[in-house]
Amino acid sequence: MKYAFFPGCVSKGACPELYQSVMQVYPKIGIDLEEMTTAACTGAGVLQEKDPRLGDVINARTFALAEQQNLPIMTICSTCQGVMSQANHRMTTDGEYLAEINQILGEEGLAYRGTTNIRHFIWILLEDVGEDVLRRAITQPLTGLRAAPFYGCYLQRPTEALQFDQHPDRPKALERVIEILGAEVVDFPGKSRCCGFPILTINEKNSLNMVATHTMNAKSHGADIMVTPCPLCHLNLDGMQAKAGNQQNTAIDLPILHLPQLLGLAMDMDPKSLGFNRNFVSPHSTLQKLATVVSS
Amino acid sequence: MNTTLRIRRFNPEQKTPAPFFQEYNLELEASDSVLDGLIKVRETLDDSLALRCSCRGAICGSCGMRINGHAALACKTKIISATKDSQTIHVEPMNNMPVIKDLITDMSPFWEKIRQIQPWLQPSTPIPEAEHVAPAEAMNHLSGVMTCIMCGVCVSDCTVLEVDSKFVGPAALAKAYRFVADPRDDATTRRLTALNEPGGMWDCTRCMECIQVCPKGVGPMDRIMSLRAKGIDEQLPSTTGSRHAEVFTDIIKNKGILDEPMLAVRTFGFRNVRRLIGMIPIAIQSFRHKKIAPSGPLHRAIPGIDQIKRLFKRASVENHTFRNK
Repeated sequence: MKYAFFPGCVSKGACPELYQSVMQVYPKIGIDLEEMTTAACTGAGVLQEKDPRLGDVINARTFALAEQQNLPIMTICSTCQGVMSQANHRMTTDGEYLAEINQILGEEGLAYRGTTNIRHFIWILLEDVGEDVLRRAITQPLTGLRAAPFYGCYLQRPTEALQFDQHPDRPKALERVIEILGAEVVDFPGKSRCCGFPILTINEKNSLNMVATHTMNAKSHGADIMVTPCPLCHLNLDGMQAKAGNQQNTAIDLPILHLPQLLGLAMDMDPKSLGFNRNFVSPHSTLQKLATVVSS
Repeated sequence: MNTTLRIRRFNPEQKTPAPFFQEYNLELEASDSVLDGLIKVRETLDDSLALRCSCRGAICGSCGMRINGHAALACKTKIISATKDSQTIHVEPMNNMPVIKDLITDMSPFWEKIRQIQPWLQPSTPIPEAEHVAPAEAMNHLSGVMTCIMCGVCVSDCTVLEVDSKFVGPAALAKAYRFVADPRDDATTRRLTALNEPGGMWDCTRCMECIQVCPKGVGPMDRIMSLRAKGIDEQLPSTTGSRHAEVFTDIIKNKGILDEPMLAVRTFGFRNVRRLIGMIPIAIQSFRHKKIAPSGPLHRAIPGIDQIKRLFKRASVENHTFRNK
C-alpha cells in the first residue's frame, strides 16, 4: 500500500518530532510513502478566512498532483485532513464549482478529476493496515498506561465531509487504536472539543483556558498521558501547557504524545528515535510507568 | 423499543438546589422523537419534569437541549439515531446559559447578544411607504442564513463561550452577517467595525461545533468567516486576527509552506514589544528541546512555488470578479 505523503507545515516546522516518529513507524506496518514535496500548505482554515475559493484552488492542485501519481494522499494532521476533506467535498459534490476551479488550474496544465482519496494516518491504520497487521507490529503492549484521546476539531467535524456515514469507525478511531496498542482509554468530555490553538495569537487568555480545561480534565479522569493525531493541538496542549497552568495557578504536567510516538512506544522503539526529547512536557513519568509494568 | 432516558434534573425550589440525573425506562417507537419520549415521561411517569416545547416540527426552536453530549432539537432527533450506540439516551439542558429548571434554560443572554448586533435593517434611503423591496436574485445568497430559528443550539455547543461569556457567539454573528450581506442595508462599515472589536468575529476558534449541530443548516461559522473576509475587504483597522490572516496568506503565497515564527512576529507587529518579549520563553524552550531545524527556524520556498504564486494571482482575480458579480 503506497500513499502520496502530505506531511503538513507543522511536522516540517514546530513539531519535527511528529515527522521523525511517523518515519520510524510506517515501515513496520507495511505501508510505503512518497512525499509530496511540491504540495503547498492547505491553508489550515486561515487562508480560507481571506478567500475560500483560493484555498480550494491550492488544495485542488495538490489533489491533481496525487492523481498524476495515481496514489491516495496520507496526512498526519487533523487540520490538514479536515481542510482537504472539506475542499474535496465541495468540489466533488458540485460539478459546476469543480469546473470553475479547473478553469484556473487549466492554465497551468493541471486538472483535478475528483478521484483523489485523502485520509489521515489514523484512518489508514484501521481501514487499510488493519487490526491484525497492527497487532503483529506491537512488541511491547502499553498495558497499564491510561491514555486520553484528543482528536482536533477538523477530524471530528463536519461529519459529512469526513464521510462518517460511510466509515462508522472514524468518530472513535483514536479510542480504537489506543485499545489495540494495549493501553486503557480515558474518556473525558473535552476529547473532541477545541484545543484553542487557532486563537492563540488573537485571544491568548481564552486559548490557554481551553488548554487548561482539557488537560486538567483528562488528568482528573486518571490519564497518564494524552495522545493526539493533530500537531496544531500538540503545539497548544504541550507547548503552552506550562503557561496555561500558570494562568490557573497550578502545574498540570500531562505529557502530550503524537499518535506515531505512542505507536512507536508499543513497537518498543527507542524514545529518543521517536523525538520524545522534543516534547515540552516531559514524558519521562510515562516511560517510567511503562518500564515498571514491563519489568514486573 | 425499550429505551432509557437519563435526564439531568434541577429544581431551584429544593432546599439545597443541585443538579442530579434521573432515569426513566419506557417503550418508544424507533420513529419517535426524543421529544415524544420526554412528553411521554411527563404524561405517564413524572409530571414534575420541566421542558420547553411547542411546534414539534423543528420550526419554533423551543426544544433545544443536549442529547448524548451534543446540542440538538429534541423534536428533530429520532430515537433510532439517538440509540445507535446505547439504549440509554442522555438528555441535558443546553450549555452556556443558566438553567431555570430541568431542561429549561434562561435564553436572556442569548437574546442580549442578538440585540447587541442590531438585528434590523438600517438603510440610508428614505423610509419607503411599504416594504424595502429587493430583487430575489440579490437575496438568494441569504436564504440559508435566514432559516435560523433562534433555538440557541449553536450557542450551547460554542467552545469559546464555554471559556468566555463575553464572546458575541455564533447565532448573533450569523445574524450580523444576514444584515451585512443584505443589499438594502447601508450600515455595513459600522456593523463590521463593531464586530472587529475584542469579543467579536475574530474570537471564533473555527471549531465547527456550530456548523455540526445547527438543525437548520445555517452554518454560523461559515458566516463568521465571510464576515472576516468582508472586514478585510473593507480595510477596517487591522487587528491581530486580520493581520494573522493577511500574513499567513502572504507566507503561503511566497513560500508554499508556513514559517511559524515569522507568522507570529509579523502578526504581532515588529513594534509590539510586549508581545514579542512574551514570545522569548517559548523561543528558548524550542531551542532547548531542539524543535528548530539545523537550517534555522525559517523555511526555503517549496519546489513549484512559481506555479503557486501564479495560481494565487489568478484565483484572486477570478474571486474578485466573482464577488463583484
